[in-house]
Amino acid sequence: MIYLQLFWSFFRIEFFTFGGGYAAIPLIKNVIVDENQWITLADFTDLITISEMTPGPIAVNSATFVGMQIAGPLGAIVSTIGCVLPSIIFVFFLSYVFLKFGNLSVIQGILGGLRPAVVGLIAQAGLSILVMTAWGIGGITLNISNTDIWALIIFFACLFVMRKFKPNPIYIMAGSGILSLLVHQFA
Amino acid sequence: MKRDKKLYWKLFTSTFYISAFTFGGGFVIVPLMKKKFVGDLKWIEEEEMLNLTAIAQSSPGAIAVNASILLGYRVAGFLGSLCCIFGTILPPFLILSVVSTFYSAFRDNSTIQVLLKGFQSGVAAVIADVVIQMGGDIFKSKSIMSILILAFSFIATYFLNIHVIYVLLASAIIGALTFFYNNKCNIDDRESEAHT
Repeated sequence: MIYLQLFWSFFRIEFFTFGGGYAAIPLIKNVIVDENQWITLADFTDLITISEMTPGPIAVNSATFVGMQIAGPLGAIVSTIGCVLPSIIFVFFLSYVFLKFGNLSVIQGILGGLRPAVVGLIAQAGLSILVMTAWGIGGITLNISNTDIWALIIFFACLFVMRKFKPNPIYIMAGSGILSLLVHQFA
Repeated sequence: MKRDKKLYWKLFTSTFYISAFTFGGGFVIVPLMKKKFVGDLKWIEEEEMLNLTAIAQSSPGAIAVNASILLGYRVAGFLGSLCCIFGTILPPFLILSVVSTFYSAFRDNSTIQVLLKGFQSGVAAVIADVVIQMGGDIFKSKSIMSILILAFSFIATYFLNIHVIYVLLASAIIGALTFFYNNKCNIDDRESEAHT
C-alpha cells in the first residue's frame, strides 16, 4: 500500500538523519531515488534547489513534495507525519536521558562516530549530483562531446564564490541560474 | 502559565511565523526561536534554552522540528508540543504542496529547463562546499579512525552501492564502542592516579 510505503520511507529517513540539514540528503537520495525510484536524481536535485529557496527543513519539504507527486494530498500528509514521528520519539527519549544523567555524553559519543560517516555520505550524494549534471545518467566519460563543459564551469565558479565569500546559498542558486541562462543565450 | 486556548494559539502563531520567514535550516532557525521564546516572550530561561538546543541537535530529524517539540512541551505540555510542530511544518507543507502541483508543468518549459540545469550546478557546488567545510574539520582533528570512517562510508555507498542506513548503523556502533573504550581508559587513568 502506497501510503504505508511513503510513511515508512520517510520515517526511516528521519530516524537516521543525524546532524540536521544536509545529513538528510544522502538518505533521501538512497531511499526515495535509488530504492523506490519515486523521483529521478534530477527531480531530487531540483527539490534541493526549491528547498534552498523556500523556508522549512529539507526533509519536510521532500516529504511533502514526494508524497504529493506519488499519492496526492493524503500522500503528502502521511509522508510528513512519517518524517516528524522519529523527532517526537527521540526528543522525548533524549530529554529523559538528559534528566536522568544530567548530560548526553553517550549520545554525543555516538554522534562523534557518525559525523565522519555523514560527511562521506554527503560527499557521495554530492558527487552523484555533479556527475549527473555534467555527464547525464550514463556516468563519467572522458569523451568531451558527452561532457557538459559549461555545467562544470558554473559548478567551479559557484564553489569558488562559496568558499571565498560564504554567501547565503540562495545567492549561489540565483547566480547559477542566471549564468546558465546567459550561457544558453550567447554560447 | 495558564494553559488556555490563547496560549496554544500563541505557540502556534509564534512557530508558524518563525518557520515561514526563515531560510536556511536548523542552525538559523534555533537562534530565532531563542530570541522569541527567551527574549520576547520570556517563557524559557537562557540556560534551559541551551540544554534544549543540545537535545535538539543530538536527536535525529530536522533540528527546527526537534527544537519546536521541546519548546512547546516546556511551555504547555504535549498539546503545546503539537501546536509548535504544526506551526513549524505547516509553512513548508503548504508551499511545497503548491510547488509540487505545478512542478511537472514548469519543468517541461524550455526556459525553466535551462534555469534548472544551472541550479543543478549550483546545488552540487553548495554540497561540495559543505563537504569541504565538514571534511576539513575531520582531517584537522587528525583522528585516523574518523578519516577511515569518512573514506569507507564514501566508498561503500558510491562504489559498492551499500545502503546508507547500514553505513550509519555501523558508524554508530563504532562511535559507541570508541566512546566506552575512551571512557574506560579515563576511569582507569583516574584510578591509577588515585593510587599513586
